Amino acid sequence: MIVAVLSGKGGTGKTLVSVNLASVVEGDSIYVDCDVEEPNGHLYFRTEESDKNVETISRLYPVVDSSKCLLSQNKDACAKCVDFCRFNALARVGERVQVFDQVCHSCGGCYIVCPARAITEEARPIGHVYDYKVGNTRVLSGQMQTKQAFGIPIIAKILEMAKGSTLPTIIDCPPGSACTVMESIKDADFCIVVAEPSVFGAHNMKMVVQLLRLFEKPFAAILNKYVEGAENPSETLCEEENIEVLHRIPFDVQIAHYHSEARIAAEEEDRFKEMFESILKRITRRFGGEM
Amino acid sequence: MIIAIPINDNSDNTTICPSFGRSPYYFVFNTETKAKEYMVNSAAQSAGGAGIAAAQLLVDRGVNVVIAPRSGQNAADVLLGSGIEIYRSVGDNLKANIEAYQNGLLNKLSDIHPGFHGHGG
Ligand code: SF4
Ligand code: SF4
Repeated sequence: MIVAVLSGKGGTGKTLVSVNLASVVEGDSIYVDCDVEEPNGHLYFRTEESDKNVETISRLYPVVDSSKCLLSQNKDACAKCVDFCRFNALARVGERVQVFDQVCHSCGGCYIVCPARAITEEARPIGHVYDYKVGNTRVLSGQMQTKQAFGIPIIAKILEMAKGSTLPTIIDCPPGSACTVMESIKDADFCIVVAEPSVFGAHNMKMVVQLLRLFEKPFAAILNKYVEGAENPSETLCEEENIEVLHRIPFDVQIAHYHSEARIAAEEEDRFKEMFESILKRITRRFGGEM
Repeated sequence: MIIAIPINDNSDNTTICPSFGRSPYYFVFNTETKAKEYMVNSAAQSAGGAGIAAAQLLVDRGVNVVIAPRSGQNAADVLLGSGIEIYRSVGDNLKANIEAYQNGLLNKLSDIHPGFHGHGG
């Protein structure tokens, strides 16, 4: 069973829920950190760098040999590659073609359409993936090399690594509702949206809920930093939108303290262990699957 | 000299559009012949790289000067790389900006933002 944990924005408790759920699974589990832009799951599951399996992820980018390009003879001679690229990653600038790596989708089309064979492909690293084990938890994570690069190929790679396994899997998704989130929840059996009690929290939650409904994913909410009796726009949203609330994690200085020290609360105190175990049980029951 | 300015509408009463790459039209004005045109920005609907494709349209149109409130890095690369000058517009009045440019009152656009690429983030 694969559970994806999402949130409208960073800092709502998405990683708190993910690492604690992964930790309370009985027996082996997999924790996948799909936030490859700003991964932080590895802070909670620590091991020596030398014990991690690291793989470099590369992508192919076009390189134009300006001396072969027909534009070098006549600046109106050709624009086949520019016209072909539907991602607008190529532009005719003066007597040469300029490549914009950040928008290139590595489709490979421009190499084929160039009549002068002026374009070749070059593999360039865009990030790394990590695979290691801490206790019963297998940790899969990735790190994008630059902000400019695509996160998707790295996320796809770590999910592929998780796939072969039947172990209970917790996916810590990137915050927000971007295409990296869609990629992350693709294989999930059940999704959890973590929201905090603020107007912004509710607003961002709504966007994630829209995404989940669009993808027809079964999901429920966890309200974090919950204060009994206090106004909670996220809770109101759940009532209005008919969203099941799986659990209300009470606002607790101790849990925040453990989390800020990169410690897994469920491993520090029994009452937190019991709380996350009961959440896990509810998910299992809700889904009817095995955890 | 051909000037291009991103605009919100295809009429004389239009205003300058805050987005360079996704403006629906460009006002293209030839300072010598006084010929004017409302050029459709066919790149505006692109999923990504709108700035690059829009800049390419203006390069292909033979534009020499772009007047705009701002520009992304990629679009600026194409424009500047093709020898097009970019000036920063002041306010959103189209006519006033053309006059200001012709009187040498506009400054070159210097702060070019890195842009959002609509994926990965
Ligand atoms: S590989 Fe595809 S996306 Fe990249 S520049 Fe070539 S045609 Fe465009
Ligand atoms: S298709 Fe080849 S020859 Fe034509 S502009 Fe592109 S790189 Fe140059």
